Amino acid sequence: MELRPRFALKNSASSREPSKWGGSRRQRVLVERTVHWVLFACAAVSVLTTTGIVITLLGETVQFFGEVPILDFLTGTRWTPLFASQNFGVLPLVNGTVAVALVAIVVAVPVGLLTAIFLSEYAPGRVRSVVKPILEVLAGIPTVVYGYFALQFVTPILRGIFPQTQIFNVASAGIVMGFMILPMMASISEDAIRAVPRDLRQGAYALGATKLEVITRVVVPGALSGILAAVILSISRAIGETMIVAIAAGLQPKMGFDLLSSMETMTAYIVQVSLGDTQQDTIEYRTIFAVGTLLFVLTFIMNVLSDLLVRRYREAYE
Amino acid sequence: MINLRVGDQAKDVANVDQRDGGAILATTHLSFWYAKFLAIEDVSIEMPDRKITAIIGPSGCGKSTFLRCFNRMNELIPGTRIEGDVMFRGTNVNDRSVDPVEIRRQVGMVFQKPNPFPKSIYDNVAYGPRVNRYQGSMDEIVETSLRRAALWDEVKDDLKKSGLALSGGQQQRLCIARALAVQPEVLLMDEPCSALDPIATTRIEDLMRELREDLSIVIVTHNMQQAARVSDRTAFFTLGEAGAGVLVEHDETQRIFTTPSDDRTEAYITGRFG
Amino acid sequence: MTVGDPTMVSNSGHAQARTRRRVFGVMFYALTIGSTVLGIVLLAALLIDVFADGVNQVDAHFLTSYPSRFPDQSGLRSALLGTLWMLGLTAILAFPIGVGAAIYLEEYAPANWVTRFIQLNIANLAGVPSVVYGLLGLGLFVRWFSLGRSILAGSMTMSLLILPLIIVASRESIRAVPDSLREGAFALGATRWQMVRRTVVPAAAGGILTGTILALARAVGETAPLITIGALTYIAFDPQGPMDLFTVLPIQIFNWVSLPQKDFAYLAAGGICVLLMVLLIANSLAVFLRYRMQRRLQ
Repeated sequence: MELRPRFALKNSASSREPSKWGGSRRQRVLVERTVHWVLFACAAVSVLTTTGIVITLLGETVQFFGEVPILDFLTGTRWTPLFASQNFGVLPLVNGTVAVALVAIVVAVPVGLLTAIFLSEYAPGRVRSVVKPILEVLAGIPTVVYGYFALQFVTPILRGIFPQTQIFNVASAGIVMGFMILPMMASISEDAIRAVPRDLRQGAYALGATKLEVITRVVVPGALSGILAAVILSISRAIGETMIVAIAAGLQPKMGFDLLSSMETMTAYIVQVSLGDTQQDTIEYRTIFAVGTLLFVLTFIMNVLSDLLVRRYREAYE
Repeated sequence: MINLRVGDQAKDVANVDQRDGGAILATTHLSFWYAKFLAIEDVSIEMPDRKITAIIGPSGCGKSTFLRCFNRMNELIPGTRIEGDVMFRGTNVNDRSVDPVEIRRQVGMVFQKPNPFPKSIYDNVAYGPRVNRYQGSMDEIVETSLRRAALWDEVKDDLKKSGLALSGGQQQRLCIARALAVQPEVLLMDEPCSALDPIATTRIEDLMRELREDLSIVIVTHNMQQAARVSDRTAFFTLGEAGAGVLVEHDETQRIFTTPSDDRTEAYITGRFG
Repeated sequence: MTVGDPTMVSNSGHAQARTRRRVFGVMFYALTIGSTVLGIVLLAALLIDVFADGVNQVDAHFLTSYPSRFPDQSGLRSALLGTLWMLGLTAILAFPIGVGAAIYLEEYAPANWVTRFIQLNIANLAGVPSVVYGLLGLGLFVRWFSLGRSILAGSMTMSLLILPLIIVASRESIRAVPDSLREGAFALGATRWQMVRRTVVPAAAGGILTGTILALARAVGETAPLITIGALTYIAFDPQGPMDLFTVLPIQIFNWVSLPQKDFAYLAAGGICVLLMVLLIANSLAVFLRYRMQRRLQ
């Protein structure tokens, strides 16, 4: 009990008719508190999602490693879990993933960076306001459409140039994936380039540098950590991309870098098993969680790295 | 269950004497910090009921901060700290048992820049009564409030129009009408005319003189002529030696502008400083 | 003439160097234009290729028939219905949670480690590959919640996938509401929730809706997570409720793409035309809403 009387505000008797103003304080506080907790719960869903991902992946993965030694998984070069003689060396899938990602990066990084330089350094405002939304469309196209395009359009062209090209091949999937990633690469690089202060450029111009020299010696080096962040994020996206490779890169887990041949990526393997009739609680079923865990860890590390780099350039210039 | 609004008639009657002529707002040894920065230091003042009190002083001396202490608007900014007492009708507004929502319903505020909601004129005025669950006729309270804010004749034919479609001066009167609609006892005005042209300013000043019949007004202004024109009492703030805002003196407006007791006040109002 | 010895550089050398620098500059400029155009050309090639192959497929029969092993009898009916079901359920699940989370983070969250942890989670979730969400859905919703390969399990998976998108867009939109409106509401005695519900949310509604529509468009195009949770590729009935088995447009397209006969590839192209039209409608709606709400706030 409080010692002093509870506070009550008085109404001005002349101007205010008290009976017409409703709403008790207790009710108000109750509503506010309830709303607060409901909204907090909404925000907490993200934490639960992460927890759910980690628990789901780890639960099955731990059981998987109960049967397959983790070292065999990480260093083995034969991946045949769906065959009678099972091998669980994940390296062929990693090899395929890296091969496709490499092709995608070789396309996305130079094209994306040059596009970013054009948009930020050369393009007049009106051109930019037209080009940017068009590039955004590229990012909005469903990946299954890219897969179709790779298989039905790019692969025939490749086969025309290199007759030995297989129907399912790394190059076609990688090239198309590069264009899918391109808008993101261009957009993050452009942000980084725009963050380079104007006076740095003007200082270089004052020393008689040409535009090209300013770009290559001042702007790009100044934006390097941001551009690097974009590259890493692009790699992360390429590793995690699923449908393009599932459609166009094939399902043959193998080592090597013959880009015109078929390879299987980690993501494509998950799709392959999901489409099949693999029984739950078998080791074949658990392989997709083990592969998924590896995928999650790899992309997570790269996303964090990219985030750190973005922060660095923000701190440097803001 | 304690209802803060109903059943206080008896006390109201008992307090009639106190209401006329007594202090409606007061602070004692009030200091205020934004994080580590001391914004106002040791201010003690009393403001009488049904009067217009002007707060003047050079910019950056904490006038607005001081004003916002009375309806606890400062606590919306994280990291602020308050010391000393802020009294409204003899009650410490910062007391733990006081709901800030309740305070703000009795102590209205008009801001420096007109800030009507992106809603119709009607909905702008009805906003306060609605959030306060007003049971009476909404049309009536909207009309009364717009009339009291001298805006009714200009807008009565298109109450559905967006509040943002009005001119700056009309927007500010809409904001006043909006504040009046919850029938506050005090109106805090934070440089309400600084964004307005002279004609719109005059209209608001006339309006303030009319409103003084029913409520107390505290106005922060950087315009000394305005303080002299409209206010009954004036408080002069300046930057103290510690870099925080301090109250130099407060008195009848006439006396502040003719025979101030402090040299700093005289320097300020004669334009030698600030 | 020795390079690097300034005393030896003649006037003509200067002029030569200047010309060379200018030529390099022009070449580089052309290269940047070429790169930019390359992206646009590829987009054009993709659209032309798809529409050339597929637009003839799209007719009433195609939209209203079930898939079949005979290409000329095959249609999108079950996939379209499945997409609509999933779209509706995902919207119902993701919209309130996403907007609620955004409101919490912008209007309620104290600046402490819990808030920072939540924000870190959202940022990381935005970068998790979609197929991993599929594994989450498979382990959590399909198996643990025993929802099976149902529309509901798929929609819950999709909701988690697009939540970060809705949250980020809604937060941006809420942040754009000027503080003066919040102060105005508080000063009238509004509680925080009244202020949010009556002032902030209406003012931010345009951006929130735009962001949600774009996020839902993303969900319509996603394939991998639904394949992973086991959405089927061949459904020859109309889904009747959220617990039914289902397929969606991109999965049907994937199914057709995977078949070796050329006729099915044309069907896939037809399906892509329909899918792109759906996305075009969604995006136009988003642009239109953004434009209208921007005008209202002026």
